[in-house]
Amino acid sequence: MDNLLRFSSLIDRANERIGRAAAWLTLLAVLICTVNAVVRYTVNMSSNGWLEMQWYLNAAMFLLVAAYTLKKNAHVRIDVIAGKLSPRTQAWIDIVGGLLFLLPVSLIIAWYSWPALVNSFHINEMSSDPGGLIRWPVRLVIPVAFVLLSLQGISEIIKRVAFLKGMIPNPGEHRTEEAA
Amino acid sequence: MSPDLMAPLMFAGLVVVLLFGYPVAFSLAANGLFFGWIGIEMGLLQPALLQALPERVLGIMANSTLLAIPFFTFMGLILERSGMAEELLDTIGQLFGAIRGGIAYAVVFVGALLAATTGVVAASVIAMGLISLPVMMRYGYSKQLATGVIAASGTLAQIIPPSLVLIILADQLGASVGDLYEGALIPGLALAGMYAGYVLLVSIFNPKAAPALPLEARTLKGAALGWRVATCLVPPVVLIFLVLGTIFLGVATPTEGGAMGASGAIILALMKRKLDFNLTKQAVESTATMTSFVIFILIGSTVFSLVFRGVNGDLWVENLLTGLPGGALGFLIVVNILIFFLAFFLDYFEIAFIMVPLLAPVAQKLGIDLVWFGVLLGVNMQTSFLHPPFGFALFYLRSVAPKDIKTTDIYWGAIPFVCIQVIMVAIVIAFPGIVTGNVSKAAGAIEGSSDVELRRQLDVPAAGVPGAVPDGSDTTGQQKSDDANAEIERMLKQQK
Repeated sequence: MDNLLRFSSLIDRANERIGRAAAWLTLLAVLICTVNAVVRYTVNMSSNGWLEMQWYLNAAMFLLVAAYTLKKNAHVRIDVIAGKLSPRTQAWIDIVGGLLFLLPVSLIIAWYSWPALVNSFHINEMSSDPGGLIRWPVRLVIPVAFVLLSLQGISEIIKRVAFLKGMIPNPGEHRTEEAA
Repeated sequence: MSPDLMAPLMFAGLVVVLLFGYPVAFSLAANGLFFGWIGIEMGLLQPALLQALPERVLGIMANSTLLAIPFFTFMGLILERSGMAEELLDTIGQLFGAIRGGIAYAVVFVGALLAATTGVVAASVIAMGLISLPVMMRYGYSKQLATGVIAASGTLAQIIPPSLVLIILADQLGASVGDLYEGALIPGLALAGMYAGYVLLVSIFNPKAAPALPLEARTLKGAALGWRVATCLVPPVVLIFLVLGTIFLGVATPTEGGAMGASGAIILALMKRKLDFNLTKQAVESTATMTSFVIFILIGSTVFSLVFRGVNGDLWVENLLTGLPGGALGFLIVVNILIFFLAFFLDYFEIAFIMVPLLAPVAQKLGIDLVWFGVLLGVNMQTSFLHPPFGFALFYLRSVAPKDIKTTDIYWGAIPFVCIQVIMVAIVIAFPGIVTGNVSKAAGAIEGSSDVELRRQLDVPAAGVPGAVPDGSDTTGQQKSDDANAEIERMLKQQK
């Protein structure tokens, strides 16, 4: 179990780093989109490559932050009933949910995204718009992000099990409220 | 098992699974996959369904409408963290302080202003609760009026553009964000006006509940007050006109408007010397987390609805809802009551991603204008934010209100405003013109549309994967508008 907990904290730290770094892509996307818009209206020029860069960055941002979001316990839950359950029951729900929901979903998406990525890489798939970007880098983000998410899912399960065994404090305690 | 049972079972399964409280995004997706697997085993669905999933994810990634979410969130966070709300409340409180109910008007006014800039209910309510509530208490406002007006004005962020709710609703309805913004503007402003009207009534019939500020509390006068107004009121107002103006004029897409607004917010914060590394870091991290969980719910609901439509769930819902007595009106009433109660438990993005895709095709078939429908749902969800005992705005206010304000004060305070909201829902239903009258079809049409444009870019044939399940997301009318949008966009791109 100690080894598992070490593994879990390794994943936590890695995903925290990746997530915090990926978050900065937001700022980059804002700046690029602003420049695109301003250039388009002032000198009436636009480039499909730069337009596509906006969604490349945004996609990389929200996908790569997903694992860190899971670690922060910030993925939205419906708390009406679950909020009233004991911490132990909640931990059980998280373990079962992790095994039956999160892991299958992320692994299936990661698995099936691979052939399309390989194909895209081989045929050098480009955007169909003139001046558009090459496609495989953005396709690569899908399996990477969902593997990271699966790893974080495993880490969360390990922590819940350790909590049930009384080895660590409740990892799900500070559920963040971030509704808008 | 009869194939007809699949859709109802799937929906029931979803409700049960969601109540367990595991994150919505993964519960939705897993439910979809589980029933997808059963469907494949039963021969109802093609195994190619699974291969279509990553393409769906890619479709969401390339959706340019959704790009507006992080942009507007980031803009709001920068403005909020750089102390704009505090300054606005203080200044406008001073400005209106001399008249009876002055601070209450200031709260309504600032609530509308914050709504048009930050668009985040929690932030508005908490800021106003922290700043205005103590002032109102000190000078003898009634607790109910003070808490009610703060909670209600905070929820304006849901409906006044550039609200995130409207972006998500537009995406799910297959309407343009620009149209929804234009449609929501008058109802949103009318609500603010009605709140102010209520304050006026209270100050006439119960002057004690809404006093004027005594002279010693009005520290700023004359030129000093003028200077404060110029420095802290004018910049955000200019930013609002820049962002919303360019969107309404059709000069910028909402996504571009969001990006320029965010850049504008950065410039404002820099000029005030409030922007530092830490603040920026917090803002990007909160933006990223929030965008991530919202879009992951969308990914989950896409998996769910792909399978749900595959087992003809859309037809099931349609039969259920078109069979209601009273035709379109019966549908609207049932849907509004349903959404109103669901919104006690669910956030707007859960409603928008789970319910709206089921409702939109039915609404369209009944000949209901989707922009109007979206605005109606927006006002409705805003109401549920205010409704005791579950309203989110009331929770936020409770979390910052002083101890001597009882929770029942907050509940009673909210009730007049809930009534105003219900009146507004009725007005929107009775007079669709206040929504649709402002929507110019030209504006916003240049906006990118998700699926069709993506296919074009990816050269994916329209059926997704050959032999895949009936491709649900392109039902009837959405396809048409998507095509039109894509066509216009293609023309635009070729011009340059």
